[in-house]
Amino acid sequence: MRNLLQGRGKFRPKSQDDHREENAIPEDLWVKCPKCGEVLYSKELANNAEVCPKCGHHFRITARQRIALLTDNGSFEEWDTDLRPDDPLEFVDLQGPYPNKIRSAEKKSGEHESLVTGLATLKQRRYVLIVAEFNFLGASMGSVWGEKLTRAVERAIERELPVLTVNASGGARMHEGVFSLMQMAKTVSAFERLGRARLPHFSLLVDPCYGGVTASYATVADIILAEPGAMIGFAGQRVIEQVTRQKLPEGFQTAEFLFEHGMLDLIVDRNNLPAMLLNLIDHHQRLSRSPVTTRIEQAATNGLAPAEPVATSGRKEPAS
Amino acid sequence: MSQSETANPPAEQLPTAMDRVRLARDPQRPGTLDYIAGLIDNFVELHGDRVFGDDQALIGGIGEFNGRSVMILGHQGGTNTRENLIRNFGMPRPEGYRKARRLMHMAGKFGMPILTFVDTSGADPGVGSEERGQGTAIAECLLEMIGEPVPIVVTIIGEGGSGGALAISLGDRLLMLENAVYAVASPEACASILWKDSGRAADAAATMRITAADLDRFGMIDELIPEEVPAHKAPHDTIKRVGEKIAGHLDQLTSSFDPDAPHAIEQLLNARHDRFRRLGAWTTTGDV
Repeated sequence: MRNLLQGRGKFRPKSQDDHREENAIPEDLWVKCPKCGEVLYSKELANNAEVCPKCGHHFRITARQRIALLTDNGSFEEWDTDLRPDDPLEFVDLQGPYPNKIRSAEKKSGEHESLVTGLATLKQRRYVLIVAEFNFLGASMGSVWGEKLTRAVERAIERELPVLTVNASGGARMHEGVFSLMQMAKTVSAFERLGRARLPHFSLLVDPCYGGVTASYATVADIILAEPGAMIGFAGQRVIEQVTRQKLPEGFQTAEFLFEHGMLDLIVDRNNLPAMLLNLIDHHQRLSRSPVTTRIEQAATNGLAPAEPVATSGRKEPAS
Repeated sequence: MSQSETANPPAEQLPTAMDRVRLARDPQRPGTLDYIAGLIDNFVELHGDRVFGDDQALIGGIGEFNGRSVMILGHQGGTNTRENLIRNFGMPRPEGYRKARRLMHMAGKFGMPILTFVDTSGADPGVGSEERGQGTAIAECLLEMIGEPVPIVVTIIGEGGSGGALAISLGDRLLMLENAVYAVASPEACASILWKDSGRAADAAATMRITAADLDRFGMIDELIPEEVPAHKAPHDTIKRVGEKIAGHLDQLTSSFDPDAPHAIEQLLNARHDRFRRLGAWTTTGDV
C-alpha cells in the first residue's frame, strides 16, 4: 500500500494546520514531526501516506490525497463538481461578505467546497466515496455538502454500492445559518434510505471531526472507524472549558479515548486503510448475495418476521 | 423613522432578532411542562434511557391530547437555580436523547402520534456528555425520528438551539411561536467565533436570520403562531392557541393517515424525507 501515493503531484506536504509553518524548512524538503520531533524527509513521509515512520503520527491530508490513497490510480469519477455555495442570509461578518470568504477558501484549498464525492474503484471493487476537505473553511457543513452527499448516497442506492465517508469537520457553516443546521437532518435522512436498501455505510473519522457532522450521519454508520490520534467530539474543547470550567481528562476526545468509551468499532492505521476497506466491502458483498439475507428481505417485504430461526448455513436455497 | 408610515408600524417598534432571543429565553416563558399541564390529560411521565440514567432536561411520556393517546417529548429548563441544577439549564445530556429515542420507538410500535416541544439553548457541552457519546446520541435520535412510522408535530416554543434542538425536531409539521428562535449556534457563540467577541451577539443574531419570520420566509416552517403579547405575559392564551394549532395539524395528518392502509406509512415517511431533502441553498456553474 505504501507506494499507492507515489508519483502524485498533489501529494506534497502542505504547510497548513499541522503546526508545520513553524517547523517547516525551506521548500518543504524536510518536515519536523510535531509529535516526536523527528526531522523527516518529506518524500519519505509521502511514501508512508503522511504518517511519521518514527512515531506513527498521522499528519492531516487533503481530500485529494485521501482519494489517491483509497482508489486505483485515475479511477475516481467525481460527481457534482458544478455545485457552489449560495449566500441565502447575505451574511457579512468582520471579514466581510460570505462570498469573499468562499473565494479565499477556494484559493487556499483548490476546491470549490468542503466535500468531494464520486464513484471510486479500488482493486475492482466499486463504491461511493465521500471525503471532507478541511482546508476549505474548516470542513464546515453547509448546503452544498448536504446536497452533494445526498446525491451521492442516492446514486449508491440506485447502483447498489456501499458508501465510505471520510469525515473531518470544524462544525456547521455559520454563514449559512439554519440552512446548515438542516443539513444534519438531510444527510441522516439520506443514510436512513441507504440503510433501508441494506447497503452498508462505513464512516472514517479523521482529525478533526466536531459538531454537526459528529452529531449526524458520521456516527450512525454501520461501522465507524477512526485514524490514530484524531480529535473527535461534539463540543469543542474551548467551549467545554468555558461553559463547565471542568479540567479536561488526559487524552480527552482522541480516537483512543472514544474507542475506550465504546464509540468506535476500530482505530485503523492509514497504511492499513485500503486493505481494511476491501475486507469490509467483501464481507458485505458476500452477505448481500447470501440466502440468509434474501430470506430476511422476503420476510420484511411480507411484513413478517422470519417464522423460524434463520438458518446460517447459507447453502440452502431460499423458498421462492 | 418617518412620520408618513401609517400602514405598517414603524420599524423601530418591531422587536430585533436579539429582542426575540431574550423573549425566547425569558425564564417565565411557558415551557414543556406548562404545555403538558395545559393541553394533556392523564399524563404519565416516563423516565430513563435504560443505559445510564434519566435526563431531566429532556422529558417525555404518554398522555391524552384531544381524546387521542400521544407520546410527548420536550426540553425543560428551570425557572430558578435549584431547578436549573436539576434540569441542567435545559441542556440535555446523551441520556436525554437516548430516552427520547426509546420513547419515539415505543410510539412507533404502538402507532401513537408524537408531539415535541423544542426549547433548549443546545445539547450539554460537558466532559461526561462527551465521554458518553453526545454526538452519537443526537445522531441516533435523528435517525430514529426520520423513520418513525407515526405522524409527528413539532413546535418550537422558545429557543431552538442547534443540534440539541434539531434532535427532536424532524417531524411532519413544524410550528413556531412568533418569539421563538431557531439557530445553528447561539448568537453569543456565533459572535465569539466570527466576530471574536461574544459581546457582538446582537449583530450575530440579526445576521443569522433566526426568527420565526425568517424561517417562514425560507419555507422551513408550516405555521408561525403569532404572539399578540409575549408568551410569558399571556401564558394561558398562548398555550391554548398552540394547542389549537397542534390539534389542527395533527387532525390533518391523522385523517390522511391510516396505518393499516397499504403504503400509508411509506407515504408519510417519503413526505417527511422530502421536507428535508429539498432544504439547502446552492448554485450551479453550469459546467460539469
